[in-house]
Amino acid sequence: MASTSPGPSAAARPAGALSRYRICDFTGQLAGAGATRWLAAFGADVIRIEDPVRQGAWDILRSMPPYVDERRGVDFGGGFNNHNVEKRGIALNLRTPKGKELLAELVKRSDVVSENFAAGVMERLGFGYPRLRELRPDVIYVSNCGFGHTGPYRSFKTWGPIVQAICGLTFSSGLPDQPPAGWGYSYMDHTGGYAMAIAILLALVHRERTGEGQWVDLSCTEAGLTLTGPAILDYTVNGRPSRRPGQPHSNRSEWPPMAPHGIYPALGEDAWIAIACRDERDWRAFASVVDLPWTADPRFAGLAGRLAHQDELDRAVSAWTRARERFATAEALQAEGVPASAVQRPGERIDEDPNTRAWGLWPTVTHSKMGRVRVDGMPVHFSKTDWRIERGAPCVGEHTDEVLRELLGLSDAELARLREEGVT
Amino acid sequence: MTPAGPLEGLRVLELSSERCAFAGKLLADMGADLVLIEPPGGDPMRSHPPFAGDRPGPERSLNWWHHQTSKRGIRLDLGRPAGTELFRRLVAGADLVLEAEPPRRLPELGLAPEELCAAHPALIWISLTPFGRSAPRADEQATDLTILAGGGPVWSCGYDDHSLPPIRGAGNQGHQIAGHYAVLSALTALLHRMQSGLGQQVDVNMHAAANVTTEMASYHWLVQRGTVQRQTGRHAMEQPTLPTQVQCADGRWVTTGVPPRTPREYQYVYDWIVELGLEPEFPEAVFLQRGALRESIDLSQIGRDEEITVIFGAGREALLLIASRVPAYDFFVGAQRRGISVGVIYSPDEAFEDEHFRARGFPVEVPHPELGQSFTYPGAPYRFEKSPWQISRRAPLLGEHEEEVLGELGLDAVAIAKLRADGAL
Repeated sequence: MASTSPGPSAAARPAGALSRYRICDFTGQLAGAGATRWLAAFGADVIRIEDPVRQGAWDILRSMPPYVDERRGVDFGGGFNNHNVEKRGIALNLRTPKGKELLAELVKRSDVVSENFAAGVMERLGFGYPRLRELRPDVIYVSNCGFGHTGPYRSFKTWGPIVQAICGLTFSSGLPDQPPAGWGYSYMDHTGGYAMAIAILLALVHRERTGEGQWVDLSCTEAGLTLTGPAILDYTVNGRPSRRPGQPHSNRSEWPPMAPHGIYPALGEDAWIAIACRDERDWRAFASVVDLPWTADPRFAGLAGRLAHQDELDRAVSAWTRARERFATAEALQAEGVPASAVQRPGERIDEDPNTRAWGLWPTVTHSKMGRVRVDGMPVHFSKTDWRIERGAPCVGEHTDEVLRELLGLSDAELARLREEGVT
Repeated sequence: MTPAGPLEGLRVLELSSERCAFAGKLLADMGADLVLIEPPGGDPMRSHPPFAGDRPGPERSLNWWHHQTSKRGIRLDLGRPAGTELFRRLVAGADLVLEAEPPRRLPELGLAPEELCAAHPALIWISLTPFGRSAPRADEQATDLTILAGGGPVWSCGYDDHSLPPIRGAGNQGHQIAGHYAVLSALTALLHRMQSGLGQQVDVNMHAAANVTTEMASYHWLVQRGTVQRQTGRHAMEQPTLPTQVQCADGRWVTTGVPPRTPREYQYVYDWIVELGLEPEFPEAVFLQRGALRESIDLSQIGRDEEITVIFGAGREALLLIASRVPAYDFFVGAQRRGISVGVIYSPDEAFEDEHFRARGFPVEVPHPELGQSFTYPGAPYRFEKSPWQISRRAPLLGEHEEEVLGELGLDAVAIAKLRADGAL
């Protein structure tokens, strides 16, 4: 059973792949907002529910940098705009009985309720899963938190770097005899969001086939633990722990074995190039481009030799790359079919990379207050129902009247009263 | 009996490749009937270490074991007419094709996705390639390392010391980032098909996927042309921030997360300092008490309001001091039990052994009948109440399901024998 009465804003645009679904969305930050971002880009009516008293500040990105200009506040956070494009936003004070009543009516008209609060918050708001199911028997409820809603750590709180620390990703990223390098951003917020969006879509498929809704409990740390499977099996099958001398060495190839395989210095300040020789053909091609005697060193003949002498090999490769401009080196190696790429800086991959430009990877949205801003696009293209990212993130309460009028049929007088009474 | 997964009965063909193996696993573990098509000699991934018992062999790669769960396997030589023909017949019965072939390969074999999709309007076809099927750089060679280096993640990862190279995180995450997008695409196209009856083609671009999985690095450039700089174990930022990783008393590392920020948190940290007997050597404890007594703490005043600045600094210093005096695990649990969000830096296997994940039933047993043994695998990325994730079978042995899969196509033993003789399998 799909939602009825799509809003006028939806009707004015061609239908997307997910246009018939409405999401009652409590998510925030990136781990949650990143999930419903995908749904919104494919046409789902994603309605963010935010607190008018705190001006939506639970999502700290609302007021965090970067900024388009000197203006500050909950409607000017650049990250928030990036993660919440194509969504609508309403303000509802859930401390008030009327606010709770309106939310209940919205839940009845929503296919999915999504949130990434700490475990227990939805219950405290009076909208735990049993209540949601009372309101809409086939509701899909997807919760996403660091440790899930069961287990000894269910009350523990996380953010991206903590999830990454717990699940092994931080440990696995780095050089021997150094502290963990980890991931220099919330990789698991992105990935937790991907897993959450996948969970929502899977639950929708199940409901389309059976009519049943359900609760999906997503734990970001578990989603993270599925990303290092071979290392875990090496432990459960072979008894080999990842904490051992010489590990991690993550610029080298764990599998398949390759050498040379690394990130090497290039000409210029903080300039680097990644090179990978997958097989003997690549190695010969690499050697022909380098064209120096050391490439004929018998220690480097054959993969086994290069792996056994990887430190020496990396030193020789570095000495060669260090004197050369990284994009030219990558081009010369690619011309011979060797995988190589400059370590691109943000400005290079966004403004100078013909591939991201041709793809349309950085669409410009219109935000009610910030104006026109570029944001992340989607790394996919559909032949029939492609994504669309045109509208910026909602300001706090931007669509309150529109949504309540359209979905619940409230009159202008009722909307004015709700505002006066501090409900919206 | 376990209830069916949400994709039960969905017929998926996957052309075996390390690039789309993870995406196929996500679909298969949710119930899709996924047939994995390998070249006659087996996918090269079968030779990827580590190996069970450290003994190499096509059925012993743990990489293969992990990424190919719940799939059935056949061999097929797409380069031979009989193989091409058989593939067409399989496609005719499929709901979804997942492949990561070089963009020119399938058209050269007469198997252009466009043509097969035109012939089967309900078919969903997901292609996953390094730069997209028709990109200016479509023919460039790529590995996980070069994708993550060119696509942005590597720029943000590494150390404060920039004489050390930036770092690629382990685990071939470039494949997994694109794999997540491939699955999002497959399910979105499937929901669209459930309504419209129409399939479509989806082009998944690994380089683009890495580009939009970089958090602040991209949007700081897009919004204010700012360039983030890598830092040890914490977010790459435009301006340097203070370290967050600390080595604990047992030599292991923790990440201290966000310093205490609320009066309640200052009280908890103060109590912990007292409990550990550290108050005499930590004169700043008085500022923790002062923080605990305030009604609120406006973080925007750090650096402006002297007292708030000192309180905030004391909270941070207190956590660093405690961390240096207790084992990493105790720091993690002790802080979290006090409502302060910190994390122990586990290796993947240490995390896997943690009591929390055991209590939730995350580790699962997967029987390997050919070895007469079961092994413990990582479990569900999400807990479905009614249509659960499950590993329905271990990774397929080479050609294991040929009779079964081709039998379902209506081929008898004689026909299958002939295909073998022709070298199509």
